[in-house]
Amino acid sequence: MQAIVDNLSRLIREAAKQERPLCIRGGGTKDFYGGPVHGYKLNTGEYRGIVEYEPTELVITARAGTPLREIEAALREKGQMLGFEPPHFGEIPSPLPPLPSGVGNIVPPERRNRIATLGGCVAAGLSGPRRPYAGAVRDFVLGVRILDGKGDDLRFGGQVMKNVAGYDVSRLMAGSLGTLGLLLDVSLKVLPLPATETTLLLKRSEAEAIDLMNRWAAQPLPITGTAYRDGDLGVRLSGVRVAVDAAAKKIGGERTDPAQAERFWTGIRDHADPFFAGDGPLWRLSVKSTTPPLDLPGQQLLEWGGALRWLKSSGDVKTIRDAAARAGGHATLFRGGDRTLGAFHPLPPALMKLHRNLKQAFDPAGILNRGRLYSDL
Amino acid sequence: MTAVAEQVSVDVARQREVVAALESFLPRTSILFDHEDVKPYECDGLTAYRQVPMVVALPETEEQVCRILKTCHALKVPVVARGAGTGLSGGALPLGNGVLLSLAKFKHIVEIDERARTARVQPGVRNLAISEAVAPVGLYYAPDPSSQLACTIGGNVAENSGGVHCLKYGLTVHNILKLRIATVEGEIVEIGSDALDAAGYDLLALITGSEGLLAVILEVTVRLLPKPEYAQVVMAAFDDIAKAGQAVANVIAAGIIPAGFEMMDQAATRAVEGFARAGYRTDVAAVLLCETDGTREEVGDEIRRVQDLMEASGAVQTEVSRDEAQRLRFWAGRKAAFPAAGAISPDYYCMDGTIPRKRIAEVLRKITQLESKYGLRCANVFHAGDGNLHPLILYDANQPGELERTEAFGAEILELCLEVGGTITGEHGVGVEKINSMCVQFRPAELEAFHRVKHAFDKDGLLNPGKAVPTLTRCAEYGRMHVHRGQEKFPDLPRF
Repeated sequence: MQAIVDNLSRLIREAAKQERPLCIRGGGTKDFYGGPVHGYKLNTGEYRGIVEYEPTELVITARAGTPLREIEAALREKGQMLGFEPPHFGEIPSPLPPLPSGVGNIVPPERRNRIATLGGCVAAGLSGPRRPYAGAVRDFVLGVRILDGKGDDLRFGGQVMKNVAGYDVSRLMAGSLGTLGLLLDVSLKVLPLPATETTLLLKRSEAEAIDLMNRWAAQPLPITGTAYRDGDLGVRLSGVRVAVDAAAKKIGGERTDPAQAERFWTGIRDHADPFFAGDGPLWRLSVKSTTPPLDLPGQQLLEWGGALRWLKSSGDVKTIRDAAARAGGHATLFRGGDRTLGAFHPLPPALMKLHRNLKQAFDPAGILNRGRLYSDL
Repeated sequence: MTAVAEQVSVDVARQREVVAALESFLPRTSILFDHEDVKPYECDGLTAYRQVPMVVALPETEEQVCRILKTCHALKVPVVARGAGTGLSGGALPLGNGVLLSLAKFKHIVEIDERARTARVQPGVRNLAISEAVAPVGLYYAPDPSSQLACTIGGNVAENSGGVHCLKYGLTVHNILKLRIATVEGEIVEIGSDALDAAGYDLLALITGSEGLLAVILEVTVRLLPKPEYAQVVMAAFDDIAKAGQAVANVIAAGIIPAGFEMMDQAATRAVEGFARAGYRTDVAAVLLCETDGTREEVGDEIRRVQDLMEASGAVQTEVSRDEAQRLRFWAGRKAAFPAAGAISPDYYCMDGTIPRKRIAEVLRKITQLESKYGLRCANVFHAGDGNLHPLILYDANQPGELERTEAFGAEILELCLEVGGTITGEHGVGVEKINSMCVQFRPAELEAFHRVKHAFDKDGLLNPGKAVPTLTRCAEYGRMHVHRGQEKFPDLPRF
């Protein structure tokens, strides 16, 4: 494994000397995400394996090329999980649900059979349905080992949650899309698997659903997932049976069959749900949870208690971005559409200046995933 | 760590220059420079280190803060920001040639959004004041450092403060959404958003815990949580530290994440019982406090499981709080640990390191050996849930040599934390106190990376210089070796 690290380090050093762009790639399951990157491909798939796992310490350390499902299987075996419920794009869900006629493939052929890796998961910083209730990717990052833009092997953070020594560079890496460093090892806090889970379905309008999800969040209810689409509001409860049953009684609605519920939430997580089918532009609007229904052309699916709004729309970029900004957040052109316009919400000049300075600090030659986040990072 | 041996004396000409520049936009009452006026600011909670600031500025508006920073930037005057000055690592220790920027007047809660469960708060607002303000609507702000009665949210952000309940509810970084900051050049930037994430790099995570070195906090948007319906505590006594440590592991292995999980050794419980009378056994090696909160159903289920686990792990006694008054009494003891130490010793030095939980018995054994080596007593309080250890070294500053021995004892405890795979600071920050130990925790290339991060925000090094991240020169002088990932450099050499 050290030989792989040494080789990656050498490649980065040489590329930095010649200012030759590099493109860091794990499983390629998020190739669609962010700006287009041109450059020599640095594949991390070989650098894999669980380095250390201590269930009673609630921490797992693994190499970036380790498939997410390998990590999740190891955790499940000990009754634990990744609290942020990361998406596995591009993998075939098993079993495939039957396709009603007239609907396109849920997972296009060219996206199948790719394996989501830990490195890509942390670099992309995308969290699933559990995020508002358990935490985001970066909340669970305890430490990282990286190769920076000069090929230097650096470690930040550690393997413990209470750690304020030095700047929080490990958490900075989450969501930085490989533009500040190549992730080698990541230490993550893990959580116990809940004893039981139940999903309830309620019929509500969008405004009612938003109101309800926010009122629930102000009560001590064991909610771990919420999703709304077209008059249907799904809510997942997790915990010990007595607590889940008591909460289900308070909330009401119709209980879903457990297998169906699991498929439903996995579908939301991995975008295998029929809502996400099709090749048109998919926007990700991150907004204040109490934002009323957004009057935008296209179809929406709401998650995260109202704080995440997926929008399928060919609408005007500026209109969509302004709506998200007015709602206290930002809009990402998540999939499809014209990425050369910039996938991510533009930053104000003072903030962009700090970004450029940090890029300079970690990747002075500007070779790591240039253009993946913003055109000059 | 090296104590500041003598105070830097004031460069009167420079002081006049800075005061004159500030007077052009700040009212005279917001600028202090006479010795008696600035002396109260000479230290924070780390009272062994004192330095009178050249000037103290007490702005009331964001615009004033920005102009102070612009002025200092133009004159190349260093700036140290300060909230309540309760910090335990000297993060707000002033500079003799610098401006002490007090945010104490920023004590307004700007807005509470009950529906969205957030509050916009000025940096000088006390941590507990936030929970008090939102209690009427059934919400609270979760991070609860022991100093929450007095410490400010701005300071909490600077240190990424934790507290007893952070095992379940997270640190400050997990409980804030947005910051308004002023850069060293006096420019206002918004970091984060009202949504659950923001575009670009996670500067919210980077700035939280940056100890006043990257920016000045002007406003914090905090996340509020619903107050738990119910809470109960199990108190368990163990006649053997190793059994207590194993009990902690057993609770976690059973899939339980307690709301609070604390351990006190015999020295700590003895000090506390004399002081707070919380009902702890003082004849046992260790006492554990394990709290569960949630709905009545959740608590009923979990507290029974925890009690069973404690007994199965060999507890000689367990007791569950029968009502809210008793629950608070159990906690009052733990929260009184530091002042209790102050009652049995003229001085005490509170340490702060984190270790993997499973090493607690071994670390406490080694600390007992170090007590003999240094001829000083040490009581230990441990956030058992997350491995954050607070050894309290008892000493008398009036005895010649005791402060130096105490510091050496402390430094050795921190290196021990690193040897077993932990970190030198869990929640108090590095400040000046542990700056030398950073040389042991990090390699030169990593320290240089930290300096580059600093440079990205503050090219001239004007914000809180001399804190948190040591220069390589300092490390060379300190002369300690880097301890890499829990492995000593020469593991085969016998250690005496």
